Amino acid sequence: MRSMLRLWAAIWFTVVLVAAGCSDDHGGEAGAASVPEVERIVSASASHTEILYALGVGERIVATDMTSNFPAAAEETEKVDAFNVSVEALAAFDPDLVILSYDPGDVVAGLETLGIDTLLFSPPSTLEDVFDQIRELGEAVGRVEEAAVLIGDMEGDISAVIGAVPEGVEAPTYYYELDPNLYTVTSDTFVGGIFAMLGLENIADAVDDGTGFPQLSSEYVLQMNPDFIFLADIKCCDQSSAMVAERPGWGTLDAVTGGRVVELDDDVASRWGPRLVVLMTTVTEAVYG
Amino acid sequence: MLVLLAALAFCLGAVLLGVLIGPVSISPVDVLQELADRLPFVSVDSGLNERLAAIVWDIRMPRVLLGGLVGATLAVAGGAYQGVFRNPLADPYLLGVAAGAGLGATLAITVGGSSDALIPVAAFAGAIVAVLLTYVLGAAAGGRRTGVTLILAGVAVAAFFTAAQTFVQQRNSDTVREVYSWILGRLSTAGWTEVVLLAPYAAVTILVLLTHRRLLDVLSVGEEEAETLGVNTGRVRLIVVAAASLGTAAAVAVSGLIGFVGIVVPHTVRLMAGTSYRSILPLSVLGGAGFLIVADVVARTALSPMEIPIGVVTAFVGGPFFAVVLRTSGRRA
Repeated sequence: MRSMLRLWAAIWFTVVLVAAGCSDDHGGEAGAASVPEVERIVSASASHTEILYALGVGERIVATDMTSNFPAAAEETEKVDAFNVSVEALAAFDPDLVILSYDPGDVVAGLETLGIDTLLFSPPSTLEDVFDQIRELGEAVGRVEEAAVLIGDMEGDISAVIGAVPEGVEAPTYYYELDPNLYTVTSDTFVGGIFAMLGLENIADAVDDGTGFPQLSSEYVLQMNPDFIFLADIKCCDQSSAMVAERPGWGTLDAVTGGRVVELDDDVASRWGPRLVVLMTTVTEAVYG
Repeated sequence: MLVLLAALAFCLGAVLLGVLIGPVSISPVDVLQELADRLPFVSVDSGLNERLAAIVWDIRMPRVLLGGLVGATLAVAGGAYQGVFRNPLADPYLLGVAAGAGLGATLAITVGGSSDALIPVAAFAGAIVAVLLTYVLGAAAGGRRTGVTLILAGVAVAAFFTAAQTFVQQRNSDTVREVYSWILGRLSTAGWTEVVLLAPYAAVTILVLLTHRRLLDVLSVGEEEAETLGVNTGRVRLIVVAAASLGTAAAVAVSGLIGFVGIVVPHTVRLMAGTSYRSILPLSVLGGAGFLIVADVVARTALSPMEIPIGVVTAFVGGPFFAVVLRTSGRRA
């Protein structure tokens, strides 16, 4: 019995010693160099990963979060968990810039303590917010001109898309599906605002609960009978227009019988990067042909 | 007898309420005409358009029936568990059913890409595996499968499955909302498919438990006393636990984890109609069905047209209601 105790004590001691040794190593490296140009970027935000690649600094990204899957090169980087990031996991990549879209608690403060520059971007409310974020990101990575060009291109493309929206017609109504539990968006959200710009009327606006992301009941969707259904839960939740048609009662919807259920790419629909133009084009083509 | 009639009336009233009330207001006359039209040999024109008719028949009706079946199964299973373990805190999830189903559903949602048809199958399989494991573990520990070792084994199995479920969920944070909504319980996406899935299991469970209700009364005087009366307690426990677990697993598989029904309904019945399982179990079937249907009406109308998770409503409405029953019956006694 006593020898067992001694054995455990010895093991415990070794573990403590090894742990102490590790932290010593790290302590020695921290803050060793200050790099003028941003060389090592960790992006824990899929939208900003897309923007970084569009700004031409993709090769400087050393790690991205698990949802960063576009462009394809982003999948080859090391991965962190955006919803569960820890300061240490991020610092282990020895980055000189960390981009977050969500701080689970004190991550930004922790990175600042370690002297690592951090940008925390909130989800945008308007297109202007998106352009501001692109501008800020451009400044942070030393690509101010590229950022201005990207913004200019996006503005041009977007006004072309909006210009093609027919005027004087009654606004088609739509239901936008975030997940199969009928969570949706109102026009107050960023993506809802995009649809409003394209001349569409949201059936969820009448029931906003203040969050902008209300959950609807099946009955309500049937009653409102929207002209279009946009599915943004194709990848996450394996939904499809065929499955929508099979839901109880949904076969009677005009959007279903008329073939106006539009499958969107979840990623494109939920991000605010350069591919916003793709989303807007997809929607206008589906609605106005 | 009077109580039974009252419970039946409550249950039928709940069904009526369930089909008449929803986020979309449709005149009660039209709803009843539409339902009558669906009866064989009856043809009534309700005047509802195709979509409103679908609301009544494809959304409300299956949802009410499913709520009733789930409520009845959970309540009767809870009552049976309380009897067989002689433990007032026993609920249908006692032996790891919930944790097992949770792991199964989470795996189906994350790994299986959440194809909707897979979730109930995986949840059912997980629940059955968890209960079997509990039973084997309890047997290995206790030799004789006494109630206490079974409950402890259930705690261990539930903890293990919950840990595994949390781990899988954290590794797949993109599907966390889907998992979460399943855990909170849902009748909102219910259709006839789910009703057909659950009905046979619910029927078997209710039938088996009702036929064993007298033996539960005998068991309630004590294990040794029951043995001297010639009851094979081990066998009765096995049958009751197996039937209750089967029904619970099937209910959980189609509706997620709806808490509180299995505990509050049998106890309310007990406080109102006495402690004999001969009356507790049948009344729990009716009361459980009625209670869950009413809870679901609240869930879909309180913040209409948004939905509150049904599990939240059962606890939120059931908690205070139970407190009132407890108080009034305490005063009477």
